[in-house]
Amino acid sequence: MSFPYLSAIIFLPAIGSIIIAFLGGNRPRLTKYLAALFTLASFILSLVIFAAFDRSAGASGTFQFEEKALWIPPLGAHYHLGMDGLNLPMVVLTAFLGFIVVLISWKENLRIREHFAWLLLLETSILGVFSSLDLLLFFVFWEIELIPMYFIIAVWGTGRRQYSAIKYVIYTLFGSAFILAGILCLYFTTGSLSMVDSSPGGRALITTAIPAAVIFFFLLIGFAVKLPVVPLHTWLPDAHTDAPTAGSVMLAGALIKMGGYGMIRISVGLFPEVARTYAPLLVILAVITVLYGAALTLRQHDLKRMIAYSSVSHMGYVLLGVFALGEMSLTGAVLQMVSHGLLTGLLFAVAGLTIHNVHERDLRKLGGLARQIPIIAVIFFIAGFGSFGVPATSGFIAEYITFIGSFISQVVDGIQVATIVAIGGIILSAVYILWMLQRAFYGPVQEQYNSVKDANTLERFYMFAFVALIMLIGIYPSFLINIIQLGVSPIVRLLGG
Amino acid sequence: MNLQLFIPELTLAIFAIAVILLDLFVQRKGVLAGVSVAGLVISAGFTLTMWGSEPQTIFNNMLAVDSFALFFKLLFTGIAILVILASVDYASKLTHLQGEYYALVLLSVLGMMLMAAATELISIYVALGLTSLSLCALVGFLKDSKSSEAALKYFLLSAMVSAVLLFGMALVFGVTGETQLSKIAQVIQAMPLTNITDNPALVLGVVLLIVGFGFKIAAVPFHMWVPDVYEGAPTPITAYLSVGSKAAGFAVILRIFSSAFGLPEWLSLNWGMLFAVLAAISMTLGNVVALPQTNIKRMLGYSSIAQAGYLMVGLATVGILPTTDVLGQSSILFFLASYTVTNLGAFIAIIAISNKTNSDLIQDFSGMIRRAPGLTLALTLCLVSLIGMPPAAGFMAKFYIFSAGVHSGLLWLVIIAVLNSVISAYYYLRVVKVMWFGEPTSTEKVFSSGALRFSLFITSIGILLLGILPGLVMKLTEAASKMLAFLP
Repeated sequence: MSFPYLSAIIFLPAIGSIIIAFLGGNRPRLTKYLAALFTLASFILSLVIFAAFDRSAGASGTFQFEEKALWIPPLGAHYHLGMDGLNLPMVVLTAFLGFIVVLISWKENLRIREHFAWLLLLETSILGVFSSLDLLLFFVFWEIELIPMYFIIAVWGTGRRQYSAIKYVIYTLFGSAFILAGILCLYFTTGSLSMVDSSPGGRALITTAIPAAVIFFFLLIGFAVKLPVVPLHTWLPDAHTDAPTAGSVMLAGALIKMGGYGMIRISVGLFPEVARTYAPLLVILAVITVLYGAALTLRQHDLKRMIAYSSVSHMGYVLLGVFALGEMSLTGAVLQMVSHGLLTGLLFAVAGLTIHNVHERDLRKLGGLARQIPIIAVIFFIAGFGSFGVPATSGFIAEYITFIGSFISQVVDGIQVATIVAIGGIILSAVYILWMLQRAFYGPVQEQYNSVKDANTLERFYMFAFVALIMLIGIYPSFLINIIQLGVSPIVRLLGG
Repeated sequence: MNLQLFIPELTLAIFAIAVILLDLFVQRKGVLAGVSVAGLVISAGFTLTMWGSEPQTIFNNMLAVDSFALFFKLLFTGIAILVILASVDYASKLTHLQGEYYALVLLSVLGMMLMAAATELISIYVALGLTSLSLCALVGFLKDSKSSEAALKYFLLSAMVSAVLLFGMALVFGVTGETQLSKIAQVIQAMPLTNITDNPALVLGVVLLIVGFGFKIAAVPFHMWVPDVYEGAPTPITAYLSVGSKAAGFAVILRIFSSAFGLPEWLSLNWGMLFAVLAAISMTLGNVVALPQTNIKRMLGYSSIAQAGYLMVGLATVGILPTTDVLGQSSILFFLASYTVTNLGAFIAIIAISNKTNSDLIQDFSGMIRRAPGLTLALTLCLVSLIGMPPAAGFMAKFYIFSAGVHSGLLWLVIIAVLNSVISAYYYLRVVKVMWFGEPTSTEKVFSSGALRFSLFITSIGILLLGILPGLVMKLTEAASKMLAFLP
């Protein structure tokens, strides 16, 4: 058997986490280096499989780097991992962010060992969600993620952190309760826990006592909480705002993508017929999410809360792209998830840095910072411009493909109108981001911020890494789009579109 | 008759007497705990050697020696070993009568083993009596007002429930003329269906049996004793009650209902639905009332009512699925195993912490992470398992039992159950929150004895093992359940 790349990528951070947890004594430097080492190793391995991934057309619909072993015989559950065009970008993104958040946390000095142990465990669980091809395994990773995130928000967060942490957990558990019910129904209507070996027309075609639509909505509710979709989004602003910077980056960058990924892989992939039937409803929800999220963002004064609400709006694009059900729109949705992961990750990183250095997060009190911290300001501008889709950034190409793809999709009636309305979201995001940048960085220079430090070398390093990736995807997107299309095309064939 | 098959029980009886006698001569009372554990280990060893052999009956078909009974015997001895290890620290509060304490634990295990093995109404009743009486004495062992009140409450209610059970058994006997479970089944199956549906005596008998055993497993509405008794009893005994007594109750219910009342379908569907309704009420009430509790033992008392509710999803499945399908039985056994390690672990950690703080109030667990990191971590794992989150055992147990529920078409019940798990997360996590984020009330470290740490280590490993690699135990529970289905 060949080297188990995927298991290594997933479990390296967990091993690091265990080593750190039992390190003993107070050795902050060693802890940080160990954390960086294990996450970097995982990231490098993810790059290796990204490079070795077979991009030929024949690879469409197959899984690469597959690992399969019987896990729980009485339930027929398998330890089944595999990569296709859908999850490979998400795994690389998560591994990248996993490494970066260790660097972001370098200044952390409260309960250091615990902090890095939870952070690494969190990375393992997210990587596991994206790599699993067995529903039970998927769900196990999906749930494991809650505990580390709970502690990260509740211990190292700010503001009403304990309230936000428990709210996050209860919301997600509520969603996962429905996912669990959905998985159980699926298990007993098809007798299998596999996420992929579907019959030609999709597994839901098997007639059962439990209507496929019921199972579809059980699963969808769980994913919709995570994504989030209005009206299930209210945990997100609290959790993102009160989490420490590393937690916000992980949450916004990788964690909420689990929802979008689940929708594509499970909701659409296993229930193409049901997805077609209910797509108009979900497209309307997507438009509401885009516009409502954007409208809420306009009313925020807190730097991080603003970015958090903008995430809600931007995840609406993903929902639109997914349930427009066209090949191009689905590709756009995946690309948007990657792009948003990088852009919002960077926005939270740089916002966290600003707050850390300036000790102020209220936009009404900030101003004129562009002169005092020029590097942070420039990075903030790039990330902000990317997120409302200025060309040459990943945001532009992702939003462009999503909207064009939705507009030309033949599958859903009235999608054109919905797309045009949703494009209004871009205008709104230009408004709130420019306004935010203006309030924070322009205007009269304020004396009390004269001594504020700009980014140090390490911070510049990780911020430039973000910018480089954002630009790379913006300028040469096809290296990613080719891969995503390989993963999307089998699902599109199921839809018959 | 083959007395060899009765050796595990005989061993326990002999050791129970030996412990009482030793108590007269031995000065260091720690020896008594060692002797009791040795007796349990030997008994478990004998039980293990019988695993896999053909099912047999002894004492004129009064007791069965099959893998179903053996599974429970192993479970009960395991529980008792952990309870005794956890009692070693606690025994300092029992300045006298330590011998009796351990002897009573052994006797109650004997009673539970007989309950799991009994295939005949009278022996079930006698085994139940032995268990209840020993437990009553143990509950009152602290001799303070709360403990005595708890013991009296438990005793009076046990006595009343015994009467109810006896009445139920008498009715069943009156209709069928048999006390053997397998013969009862034969008589019932030979009756024309109208004789069963039109016969209130049989139905009343079945209902009264459900009432009686519902008390044992702490199902709503027969749960009133639980919070008071759990709060008043010595904590190791609370742990023992919450897992041992409950498991024994489920063993008897499974035995009676799947072998005597498994057919005809009309009967089994009806008691299945009755359990489904009880399950829904138990978990909802247990979880909702657990929310405002401030005493951790009381909270876990209500939580155990809720867990009984999840377990009854399995019982409902047993009634609704055809008798050839043992998914319901198997999932109940697995859930019991997982619940046992989880709840015992939680109580052991609580014993260790309250030994130091002398308080069972949740607020006094504040900041425990800095005073006892190991204990806090273990207790957190147990609570996560009780919520039913992976990678802990509780998740796999719930997945297994709920999958049985969906399989038998009880989707509505499973939805109620998963939503209940969300409610329960709130109060379990409240304890986690207090322990991890609260300010410690003192800086003094909490140390615990080796025996306690060892038993906590065992339960933690058990929780992770059942959560990550549940396949092995699931095979055991499947094998044990098949025995039940093969009984005529």
